[in-house]
Amino acid sequence: MDLAAGKRLKSAVCTTEIMVIAAPDGDVDIRCGGSPMGEGASNGGSPSGDFASGSAIGKRYVNGDGSLEVLCVKAGDGSLSVGADALNVKDAKKLPKTD
Amino acid sequence: MNTMMLLEMAAGGFGSRTAFTDAASGESITYQQLYDAADAVAHDVRASGATRLAMLDVSNLAVPIALFGSGWAGVPYVPINYRLTANEIDALLARVTPAYLVTDAERLANFEGRDGLDVRSRPAFLDLARAGGDPHEQRSMDPEDVGVLLFTSGTTGTPKAAVLRHKHLVSYIVGSVEFMSAAEDEATLVCVPPYHIAGIAATLSSVYAGRRVVQLANFSADAWIETARAERITTAFVVPTMLARIVAALEGEATAGMGHLQSLSYGGGKMPLKVIEKAIALFPDTDFTNAYGLTETSSTITVLGPDEHRAAVAAKDEAGRRRLVSVGVPLPGIELEIRDEDGRALPAGQRGEIHVRGEQVSGEYEDRGSTVDADGWFPTRDAGYQDADGYLFLDGRADDVIVRGGENMSPGEIEDVLLEHAAVADAGVVGVPSEEWGEAVASAVVVKPEVPANPALVAELQAWVKARMRSSRVPERIDFWPELPYNETGKLLRREVKAKLLRPQRNVHAAYPLLYVQDMEQSRAFYCDGLGFALTQRWDPDGVFSWCSLAMEGARIMLQRAEPDDVAALAKGHSDIALFFLCDNVDALYDRFRSRGIDVAPPEEAFYAMRQVFVKDPDGRRICFEHPTSKSRAP
Repeated sequence: MDLAAGKRLKSAVCTTEIMVIAAPDGDVDIRCGGSPMGEGASNGGSPSGDFASGSAIGKRYVNGDGSLEVLCVKAGDGSLSVGADALNVKDAKKLPKTD
Repeated sequence: MNTMMLLEMAAGGFGSRTAFTDAASGESITYQQLYDAADAVAHDVRASGATRLAMLDVSNLAVPIALFGSGWAGVPYVPINYRLTANEIDALLARVTPAYLVTDAERLANFEGRDGLDVRSRPAFLDLARAGGDPHEQRSMDPEDVGVLLFTSGTTGTPKAAVLRHKHLVSYIVGSVEFMSAAEDEATLVCVPPYHIAGIAATLSSVYAGRRVVQLANFSADAWIETARAERITTAFVVPTMLARIVAALEGEATAGMGHLQSLSYGGGKMPLKVIEKAIALFPDTDFTNAYGLTETSSTITVLGPDEHRAAVAAKDEAGRRRLVSVGVPLPGIELEIRDEDGRALPAGQRGEIHVRGEQVSGEYEDRGSTVDADGWFPTRDAGYQDADGYLFLDGRADDVIVRGGENMSPGEIEDVLLEHAAVADAGVVGVPSEEWGEAVASAVVVKPEVPANPALVAELQAWVKARMRSSRVPERIDFWPELPYNETGKLLRREVKAKLLRPQRNVHAAYPLLYVQDMEQSRAFYCDGLGFALTQRWDPDGVFSWCSLAMEGARIMLQRAEPDDVAALAKGHSDIALFFLCDNVDALYDRFRSRGIDVAPPEEAFYAMRQVFVKDPDGRRICFEHPTSKSRAP
């Protein structure tokens, strides 16, 4: 599906929810627990074995070239991927507290 | 994308943690309670049909509830400066109706029943918020929705309404704060007002980090220190004027004794080197961070971190030490350039206008639209330069705006008001360095022929400005000149006005700072260090004392050993000036006054084994003298 910054998506197989921070143009096959994500609620399935390591709230996930970045806003048992390529947690640069 | 999502995450991740504590009432609210309250408020706002949620109140629990509730309701949050005059507040409210207005109980009656306003008092608002709502209602996640409308103190007569969309605010938070990064015992002391961008940023970033916010509604150095100690505060943000007062209040103590204060960040104006050096010494275990940002950039865009502070303090060379007054380097999501007047990027070391670009940068104003160029660059109107390593140094405003205690003011506005006075032929207003305020308002005035330029006129002009503008606009200093400098095209050369005002002169204020000033509105006594003392004041019909320049004038006379001719000149034709002199040669002074026909009562005993003489006010009253009971320096 086409992803735009700000779009919120839910996992079809767990409680994971994400918000898109940055996305490449065109179709992106974003999945959680191995199943395509959507705007509706979970369909009650369960994450497939390869994508069951979970998502963590507040973590930012990126694809290999950094063109896709999403924020996990609700944790779940499924893990995020684009097609079969798992997304990785983006290391946060520690910034001093300013306000 | 909506700021409400940040709270939704907080409620989901650590809902039972305490989110906010109002230091005044001692009441607290958890993240889950805040979430439920925001939901209830959103329902009430939607039902009212309002298109804005206006907040006219000091910091309290209703403030974050309203901020998040407005996001949920899909209407912009509009915090209004409660220090404005009633007319100014009305003018701003008229621009945001139909509005849902939350205000303190005392102000409620001013607004009830007005067209376009659906008003809730703070207690009523908190009651309905506590009742909770239905958390399943659909809400907008459109990143383009306007989250906050913030009236900036502005450079023109009418305040501009800066537009911050949810995408800007959320980008700023997600890009600069790590979710749930605060430990459970962390607490931040927020003393900036709700209508300041730093107040909004503090609310959002603390919620996302999971850091408890302790709200201090009315800043005073003593209250800040007391609350910081009582609440075991771990982090805080202050503007330079606040830090200067905190440092002054701790004068004489080896350290602040606040080992729990892990970090202290500051911003919002130029920090005097002396103040930050003293602060670092008083808070040896605290990390210092300098942040620079604007309303239009959703708060912070550059940061000078703790390590850089330490390196600067330890530096042996001048350039290294100077880093301490730098505002640091841009955040990862921010690009920054210094440009000349033609828009060309300047190399390191050259002063120009600061331009920035990034997801958090709005640069948009209601009615005026976006000021961001086609490539996304926002001209900040702030001037500065970068050193060879990219550290940014601020250097005033590109358009001469005066920044006094974090408040922007236009010299032109103040000049216009001065020019309305019958005695004034021309006026130039500039900002001059002030240890307390960062910058202070100073003016050079040309009077019309036959008008005596004297201290009484200074006081009169100050009262004139005060009656027409906010008291922060009143020039603390007014000098009388034969003419003002202009260029060939007739443009006032403010830079030259400033340079001339700053030239060394017999300025007692600089040489002998006023030691103790009681409450500025009620003050009747001034003590000048090293003088012996001069107390001068002017009684006006409203019972308000215009003090500054007259106090200086009196002090100057004392400094000159009370030359009788000066005193005569000052007193002549100005019987409304009451002069008290306390000095060791008071009898001689008395004789000199009498010999020149000045009505002076015989010397009498005064405090500190001194004696005083005084000139009566127009009604023959002896204006009472109040001995200072506290060493509180600040008004």
